[in-house]
Amino acid sequence: MTTQQVPTPPSQAPRTTAISAPGNASTSAAPRPGKRRLSTTLIIGIILIGLVAIAAIVSFIWTPYDPTQAMPADRLEGSSLAHLMGTDRYGRDVFSAMLYGARITLFVGVISVGIAIIVGTPLGILAGIRGGWIEEVIMRTSDIALAFPALLLAIMFSAVFGASTLTAMVAIGIATIPGFARVARSGTLQVMTTEYVLAARAASQSRFRIAVRHVLPNIIGMVVVQSSVSFALAVLAEAGLSFLGLGTPPPTPSWGRMLQESQQFLGTEPMLAVWPGLAIAIAVMGFNLLGDGLRDRFDPKLNGSRG
Amino acid sequence: MAIRILINLARFAVTYVVATVVVFLFMRLIPGDPAQIALGVNATPELLEQTRREFGTDRPLIVQYFEWFGGLLTGDFGTSYVTHNDISPLVIDRVQVSLILVLTAMVVALLVAIPLGTWAAVKHRNFSGVVIGLGSQVGVAIPGFLAGILLVIVFAVGLGWLPANGWTAPAEDFGDFIRRLILPVVALASVQGAILTRYVRSAVLEVMSEDYLRTARAKGLSKNGALLKHGLRNAAIPVITVTGVQIAALIIGAVVIERVFVIPGLGSMLLDAVGNRDMLTVQSVVMVLVAITLILNLVVDILYTIIDPRLRRSA
Repeated sequence: MTTQQVPTPPSQAPRTTAISAPGNASTSAAPRPGKRRLSTTLIIGIILIGLVAIAAIVSFIWTPYDPTQAMPADRLEGSSLAHLMGTDRYGRDVFSAMLYGARITLFVGVISVGIAIIVGTPLGILAGIRGGWIEEVIMRTSDIALAFPALLLAIMFSAVFGASTLTAMVAIGIATIPGFARVARSGTLQVMTTEYVLAARAASQSRFRIAVRHVLPNIIGMVVVQSSVSFALAVLAEAGLSFLGLGTPPPTPSWGRMLQESQQFLGTEPMLAVWPGLAIAIAVMGFNLLGDGLRDRFDPKLNGSRG
Repeated sequence: MAIRILINLARFAVTYVVATVVVFLFMRLIPGDPAQIALGVNATPELLEQTRREFGTDRPLIVQYFEWFGGLLTGDFGTSYVTHNDISPLVIDRVQVSLILVLTAMVVALLVAIPLGTWAAVKHRNFSGVVIGLGSQVGVAIPGFLAGILLVIVFAVGLGWLPANGWTAPAEDFGDFIRRLILPVVALASVQGAILTRYVRSAVLEVMSEDYLRTARAKGLSKNGALLKHGLRNAAIPVITVTGVQIAALIIGAVVIERVFVIPGLGSMLLDAVGNRDMLTVQSVVMVLVAITLILNLVVDILYTIIDPRLRRSA
């Protein structure tokens, strides 16, 4: 509950050169400005997210079958050429549903993280620039919000407004706001001590102008990193919510609900659980790795060319 | 130190009270009158009036809030509008189950993460260190309920070693209690363990590059001796903080895990209440979950003050 000591979310531990993510030795050797190589972490992250994004895009153009169409004669079939990942208990094609599920996953992530960026970042900058009681109110409110993790908030929202994709996105978005407010505030506090901000203040530039001209460009890297990590958490929350039957309502396919439906058939058709599980893990890992990779890239301690 | 603990206590109290107000008002956003919902559309006006009096929803909001809040403090959560049962005995029953699950998982996660993370840091250039690092990256990406399902596939369905779901009270049959506890605890702990391993690893790596560790080695301590004597206590500080932050994630993770393993804890109670649109139960269980989160956080904050002598002086 203390402001200063609360650490950053999971994969966001303070990093020095010595503790960059495993396997990316290239980032440890601080790259020279103008000649930056993409780290392994970043590349793997981008590839994994790319897989999910391609699946989502393809689902708009083509799916092997209509993912909601039941074919009772073909129910619970294993993998075959006709059904790459088999069929579920109603005879629906799992591969088609997987492609479609990518769409829902990314959609919920984009909207909820978008809400959090748009609300959280200005609040954090405001807290950092103004200080005083405004900062106190914003940070205490975010402390309270932190007692309600995304999934709990989403369960409450679905109790009040009913389960839907919109409810899930709004609830996850609200729960994600404090993270952005914190990151933006600590970034702003750092920027506010720099000489160019002092100069701008001496030139009696307005606080708004300072925020837009000097603070925002300097904390944008931190916000991007936070977005990536939050995206991973949003994917997890959405999957959990759909798993509980409180997310995207049927018949729209979602990975979380596919997992929940697979539970009855673990004995005979375990692959029904493995496919959506694998997809969730790929999406989450992709965004976590992207966040790690971007952090190493943006961290001013690592490459002097920035900040 | 006492002042610091008092500040933490005050923060805890304020946070909790504000949270009750938010939850109470939020639950009032539900369209419709609880009495009307309970009685259906054909209820007579007299019966509606009587039911409202029974529920207490005819009184001003502020009175309803203070009655509910007073009940939260004294452990009387009122009577459900839907099931007409007292909520409190059920909560007390369920909270024990959830606490056993969450605390066991936390302990297991720490017991795994501390040695594993330290090892990964000390051997960070070796194969084993890299493997642990990669493994924790994968573990972080797997939600607890997925880990649960995979464990069921392997250990319950495939090997038949453990039951796939269900719960036995420890007083009833301790052996069966343990057998049924293993898979849900491992599911929760593996994810938490992976997250904590990453933190332990980076905390120990950071400590290893500190000057005082070099000084200790210059005094003749071995590398491991210096780390044990001087390093781990310092590395513990960020790890304790993260443990506190992760508690909220663990408690909410348990809600889902209870669904996977059909465990009668607070999570199942919450989800059943959401399904029944039983709002009084929802808001009470939510506040119990938030209370557990905040209390465990408070304990972590106090532990933190005890472990870090610098904080004792500064307050």
